[in-house]
Amino acid sequence: MAETTLNGFGAKAARESGLRGVAADWASDQRAFKSASWGKAMMWIFLLSDTFIFSCFLLGYMTVRMSTVEPWPNTSEVFALHIGETNFPLLLIAIMTFVLISSSGTMALAVNYAYRRNRAVTIVFLLCTAVLGATFVGMQAFEWTKLITEGVRPWSNPWGAPQFGATFFMITGFHGTHVTFGVIFLLIVAYKVWRGHYDRGERGFFTSRRGDYEHVEIMGLYWHFVDLVWVFIFAFFYLW
Amino acid sequence: MVDATPRADDIIPPAEVPELELYHPKSWWTTYVFSQDAKVIAIQYAGTAIAIGLVALVLSWLMRLQLGFPGTFSFITPEAYYQFVTMHGMIMVIYLLTALFLGGFGNYLIPLMVGARDMVFPYVNMLSYWVYLLAVLVLVASFFASGGPTGAGWTLYPPQAILSGTPGGQSWGIILMLVSLIIFIIGFTMGGLNYVVTVIQGRTRGMTLMRMPLTVWGIFTATVMALLAFPALFVACVMMLFDRVLGTSFFMPALVEMGQQLSYGGGSPILFQHLFWFFGHPEVYIVALPAFGIVSDLISTHARKNIFGYRMMVWAIVVIGALSFIVWAHHMYVSGMHPWFGFFFATTTLIIAIPTAIKVYNWVLTLWRGDIHLTVPMLFALAFIVTFVNGGLTGLFLGNVVVDVPLSDTMFVVAHFHMVMGVAPILVIFGAIYHWYPKMTGRMLDERMGRFHFWVTFVGAYAIFFPMHYVGLVGVPRRYPELGDSAFIPASVHDLNAFITIAALIVGFAQMVFLFNIFWSLRHGKEAGPNPWRATSLEWQTPTTPPPHGNWGDERPVVYRWAYDYSVPDAPQDFIPQNDPWPQKVPAARQA
Repeated sequence: MAETTLNGFGAKAARESGLRGVAADWASDQRAFKSASWGKAMMWIFLLSDTFIFSCFLLGYMTVRMSTVEPWPNTSEVFALHIGETNFPLLLIAIMTFVLISSSGTMALAVNYAYRRNRAVTIVFLLCTAVLGATFVGMQAFEWTKLITEGVRPWSNPWGAPQFGATFFMITGFHGTHVTFGVIFLLIVAYKVWRGHYDRGERGFFTSRRGDYEHVEIMGLYWHFVDLVWVFIFAFFYLW
Repeated sequence: MVDATPRADDIIPPAEVPELELYHPKSWWTTYVFSQDAKVIAIQYAGTAIAIGLVALVLSWLMRLQLGFPGTFSFITPEAYYQFVTMHGMIMVIYLLTALFLGGFGNYLIPLMVGARDMVFPYVNMLSYWVYLLAVLVLVASFFASGGPTGAGWTLYPPQAILSGTPGGQSWGIILMLVSLIIFIIGFTMGGLNYVVTVIQGRTRGMTLMRMPLTVWGIFTATVMALLAFPALFVACVMMLFDRVLGTSFFMPALVEMGQQLSYGGGSPILFQHLFWFFGHPEVYIVALPAFGIVSDLISTHARKNIFGYRMMVWAIVVIGALSFIVWAHHMYVSGMHPWFGFFFATTTLIIAIPTAIKVYNWVLTLWRGDIHLTVPMLFALAFIVTFVNGGLTGLFLGNVVVDVPLSDTMFVVAHFHMVMGVAPILVIFGAIYHWYPKMTGRMLDERMGRFHFWVTFVGAYAIFFPMHYVGLVGVPRRYPELGDSAFIPASVHDLNAFITIAALIVGFAQMVFLFNIFWSLRHGKEAGPNPWRATSLEWQTPTTPPPHGNWGDERPVVYRWAYDYSVPDAPQDFIPQNDPWPQKVPAARQA
């Protein structure tokens, strides 16, 4: 894969491997992560911080699920999709999860083609990712609507513990917001690839920082993170 | 004859990262207001933090007036007293100390000390300040909202924080408080990411992590901790906001208020305490670690001696940072915990004493046979060590479950944490301002006013907080607006309370001398020159003082040594700057 060129940042070859290499990098001057640009390092650290936010949300959810005195609604019934005569437990969530995980695949392809400087294919995959993300948010809106019409509110619901609605809206809402922001930034990145901003190193509108194809990868880091978080929400909220 | 001395630059790896492209301001607005220069942002942060800190100072006077002379001031109702307590605590801990150490000193010192031209993402850095300012404005707005600011105590414990019996609980106070905290955390994250990436990825040639001044280590570690601890507060604030606004029951159990059954039920108040203190305890060290780092540099510089045990000092900072994430429940001994939990948290709490003691010993050993100059910054640094040890010793009492239980929620706790995370870091902030003011303005702060400020503050702080330990030991509870004539409270407590109040007023007014000094010295201070303290670290080696945007002129400095080469035998001066290749020669390219 081509070297990244943001401000000329590039991986230096022939460093020691394994733990010795790690020690050598951290003992060196200028920077500890020899192949990471500033933007990429910043995104990783931001995601670490964001991990703590989602962890706190999920731990808070588990705690109130234990502290509440009323029974927790049966998730395989609540989240079932009623089609024809049958209830399909978790059908909608399964499709949503499939859509979001697929979007991770298209995002990875977009990153790959971006580094090959194949603008057309990159844009196609970025747009695919954005469409899949928007589909996910759309289905989430459908799920919210369905539950709200069935009487679920942040403060109550027909089936049991009021904390069910509270945690559901809060956690999926916070995650959905992440996905929505991701879709917006995917569209911006796609626009910049389309206009060739990254080929010319055009300056950002706000930041006046030169653009680079590495931005597609940094975008990808965020997107994969949002997908990974969904796996945990799926496991802890829908399967438990 | 060929010069065989190896050229100094040959031993330093070549530049890996090209120059940061700076956005050079085109107008007055982008130079001084919407500036992307970390140094301007630092001064904006510091100015805002000190301004809101003055509000908190006035609040503390009002509290002390009530405690010292109960009943004299009719406008200080119990509700108003609770609001003063709450806002004083919240402002001091978060909007003053955190913002001033990380946003103020972090922004000013990190790029200069690691030899960078600026933070790695100056635009995001600028946004960080403006979001912080918004958080402060929302906080200030709560003073003017109907019902006034929240009076829930700075810990904002539910369920009382959002009930009608608490000032601001069922009006705007608590909402604005929570919103302000959420905004603060968003703004801080923008800045914090910058500080961390600048230290990890943005250093100059030759600047290894183990050559960084301890100031940078302290601020860096504290920022990493803040990025991991503030999420817990963020989540707690969001949940409580939902409890208050939407009527969810995250933290609210079933309650009867004034004979009315509330619609809440099934929530966990203890969950809030866990989230809050998972943030709250690291927060203590978010404030303390930058102070540790700065005081190390002050002591080394003003004692003309290298810091004792530099590597140990670095690892102590890192270990304290890591340990502080597993001690949070020592704030909750009386909340109802499994005894084994208390045992675990007491153990981890006391283990922190080890790296902390290493640091104190190393400061003392740095002073040992040093060439101690009792300058104003040094006075504050020495005062910090004494105060920190005092506050730390009472921490040993409160860290043990059985001793803590009777002392919990007494004035003893108030005295303890004011000593250890109130007075001690503030002393460092003063010392640091006296130390770095010449770099920021090119002029020295006035020495006589400085000494007056120091002695009144130092002696006054002890006059305030030493008696408070005793008041707590005899059982006076905290957060009580007045004590009445309870039988267990001896008359001496009332006298002491009046004494403390008078001391607090005097110390408060001494800070006005300090503020006056800051403005007066801008014009009338002695010319400082580039390096008045003859210090080694990079910020004193800038080609111009105060440093312009971009800091370094044409070429960034190259670092050949650690930051503590004071009194090196045979060296031409008693200090060797970090960018001085002595005993090797200055490369020809930079001799001009």
